[in-house]
This record gives sequence, C-alpha cells and structure tokens, in this order.
Amino acid sequence: MRDFSYLRAGSVEAARQAAALPGAMLLAGGTTLIDLAKCGVAEPDSLVDITHLKGLDKVEVSERGATIGALAKMGHVADHADIKSRFPAVSEALWQAASAQIRNMATIGGNLMQRTRCPYFRDPSNFPACNKREPGSGCSALGGVTRGHAVLGTSEACIAMYPGDLAAALVAFDAIVHLGERRVPVDDFFLVPGTTPEREHAIEPGEMITAIEIPHSAAARRSTYLKIRDRQSYEFAAASAAVGIEFEADGRTIRDLRVALGGVATKPWRARAVEEALKGKVLGPDAVRAASLLAVEGAVDHGANHYKIELAPRVVARAILKMGETA
Amino acid sequence: MTSQTKTTIPVHLDINGHRHTLQLEPRVTLLDALRDRLGLTGTKKGCDHGQCGACTVHVDGERVLACLTLAAQVEGRTVTTIEGLAREGELHPVQAAFLEQDAFQCGYCTPGQIMSAVACIREGHAGSDEEIREYMAGNLCRCGAYPHIVAAVRQAALEVQS
Repeated sequence: MRDFSYLRAGSVEAARQAAALPGAMLLAGGTTLIDLAKCGVAEPDSLVDITHLKGLDKVEVSERGATIGALAKMGHVADHADIKSRFPAVSEALWQAASAQIRNMATIGGNLMQRTRCPYFRDPSNFPACNKREPGSGCSALGGVTRGHAVLGTSEACIAMYPGDLAAALVAFDAIVHLGERRVPVDDFFLVPGTTPEREHAIEPGEMITAIEIPHSAAARRSTYLKIRDRQSYEFAAASAAVGIEFEADGRTIRDLRVALGGVATKPWRARAVEEALKGKVLGPDAVRAASLLAVEGAVDHGANHYKIELAPRVVARAILKMGETA
Repeated sequence: MTSQTKTTIPVHLDINGHRHTLQLEPRVTLLDALRDRLGLTGTKKGCDHGQCGACTVHVDGERVLACLTLAAQVEGRTVTTIEGLAREGELHPVQAAFLEQDAFQCGYCTPGQIMSAVACIREGHAGSDEEIREYMAGNLCRCGAYPHIVAAVRQAALEVQS
C-alpha cells in the first residue's frame, strides 16, 4: 500500500474542502478503501478521516420516514428497533451483508460508495486493462471468468456487478441521498457504466453523503430481502431481491408492490415491469412467477453468469410469495 | 507512481488499558502496529483483506477487523486484543469454553474467533446455534473446527448470561 497523508476532519465543511483537493479521498469505515489501497486499485495522496465527526451517526424516525446519518454503522442500523419494524427489508439487507466485524466498521454513506468486486478490477498488476480503473484501457472480464458479473445494465465497456445489498432495498423504497443540501433519489445516485464506467455515482468532487432518507410506505413496512448465495453467509449475492407489498382491504389484491434486484446488475436494479404487471392483480403463484420473468427483461449473459438470468426471477417470485403468505 | 516523502505522525493508542505513543506512517494498520510495533502478536494476520476474521479486535467494545483499520483512526478509542481478555490470570469464560470444547485444531484463527465470540455474546446474537453460525460467519477456520466453535460459543453464552 502506497503511503498517503492523513487528516482528521473537524467538521463536514472541512472534510468536503479537504476531499475536493486532487488525490484526496474521504475515509469512513475503510472496509472498501483500505482493501483497495492494498490491492493497488486506490492510490490516494491523502485520506480525510471523517469517522470522528459528531452527530452524523443517528437514526431518526419521524412521521415522514427514517433519516439515517451517513456515519451510522451498518450493524447498528440493522439492529435498530424502528428500522426492523418499519423497514424490515432494510434491516435484513444489512444483517445479511458482509460480517459482523465489517458491519461494525462500515458506514451507511460508505456502503453506497462500495466498489465492485470484479476480480479484474481488483487486480491491476495482472490485469492492466479495466475501463473502470483506467478509462479506455479495455475490459479484462469480457472473455474472462464471468460467473460473478452482471447480466443487467452492462455495456461494451464494463460488465462489473454492483455488489451491495442495502442499496437494493433503498432503491425499492424510493430513498433519497442527502449530499449536504442537495437531494438525489437513490436510483439516480447510482449510474450504469455506459461509456463512462469509471463514474459510478452522481456525486461531485467536494460533495459528501450526509444522510439517507427513506420515506414511510405500507410496502416498506411489509417487506423482505431475500439473498441467495454460493455459501450460507458472509458472501455476496448470486441474486437477491428486496420486495415490499401492500394489499387492498381484501388482503389479496395487490395495491402497491416494490421489487429491486441485487447481485445481477451494474447498479441496484429496480424491476418496475414486475411491479406494474402485478398491481391490481390477485396474488397467486402462477401470476407471480409469470410476472417475475420480467425482472430480467433485456438481460445479456456472458457465459458463466447465465445462471443469474434463471435465478433472479425465481428469487423475486419467492420473495413476493413469502410476503403474501403473511396476509 | 509518484514518489512521496515518508512522513510519520504521532499516534496515541490505548491498548488493553495501556497508553502507547507511536511514530507511524499514516498507512500503518492497527494490525501491523499491534504486531510489529507493540509485540502483541496474539492478533493474527490471515488474509489482510478483511475476508477471514483472524485479526478481530475490539474498538470501544465492538468487534472490528484490525487489518482494515488504520492505527491513526483509533486514536482516542479503547482497543482490546486477545492479550487483554483474561483478568488477573483468570481465563475469560469464552477462552475457557474454547479449551473445554476443543474448539480449534491449528489455533491460528482462534484469537480472532474468541474476540468475535465475546462480542457476539455481548451483542445478544448467540441465542441459538443458527444465530451463532450466522453472526460468527466472519471468522473462517481452515481446519473446519466449526461444530466445536459453535459448541464453545453456546456454552460460554449460557455461562455469561447466568
């Protein structure tokens, strides 16, 4: 790991200014950044440590929704009583992510800035070509081992999968990212690679995530996060689904439905086609399974990741039917 | 590759109740500071990338990975390592349970397992074998001593709670 200078920020304003300088990066939990510095992917000249800032680690639930401070730890938010009761999918996405140790370090703001686990991106010495790391250098994943790569939202420049769990739940429930005064819907905060895979987030130099806001909804209250992976725990999703549902008074006709996918796309992936196909319908296995196929509309595989196109609709269907069972 | 002048910064650390002041390059992790500068080699370096849990220590009472924590970041916080767990020569109940249940083979992952288990019990995440397996998932054991590790955590959780 190349050395860097270290600055402990005394205020959000000071942190923003220091991090706007060329070669500077914000340091929160460090679970992505220090790892990538060791891999030679991140080569910051200076790190601006924001973990000692006060007042940014609170979880506040009001009539409008939940506001989660950017420095709240993943583990604390997962165990928060109001998050568990009002936003179960958010709590479940968090406790199924990473390990207990990492969840005690990683912050909510930092979680949104998590980078891909693409093994070619993470290994610059063996794979110099990576458009995400070095724009225009090519993509080593194309023609490589693609079992963990995305099938949705890919481009000719990049097929790296977005690995996070939390963001799928946030996208499903229309969360809003607070960048100081500026507000960005979380679905717009994450960018598909297109021709600029190096740009992953709608955040400008000198901006810093200060909070995430999740509005209340009946669907968020009746929600779940279903994560399927190669091993039982401490693993990224092979495919996952954040699902929330609201029924009409009859308890079986779907009034509102939210579906977002993890583990299969280049960004947290809202599956609006599934939602629209089922709204107004009576919940039933056949209708749900048929509609869930729409989750992977337009999917493109690269050989070894074809299974994700089969798996994702089944995960979606299972999650929706599980939410229906509790009617 | 820009060349940088090697600069060090003073870092004040509170480890197992002892104060230390070290002159460190900012990039030095808590793990390397513990092992290479303070001689506290009980905390192990496994993968050095946050994937194995061998370097688990407590910062302000919570389990974290020392390999992904910069030493400079924990200034002003309280660090506990495996060396700080026993009280006046008496093993911590989790240490005793690991011995009693034979919860290790080679022992390399054991300090991390024990530090993780102490926190797991304190968090209230050791209520069942299933919960123990989930909340201890961040500590890998290449020897595969998992059934005995789960038994040790279960035993210690009952002792600590009673």
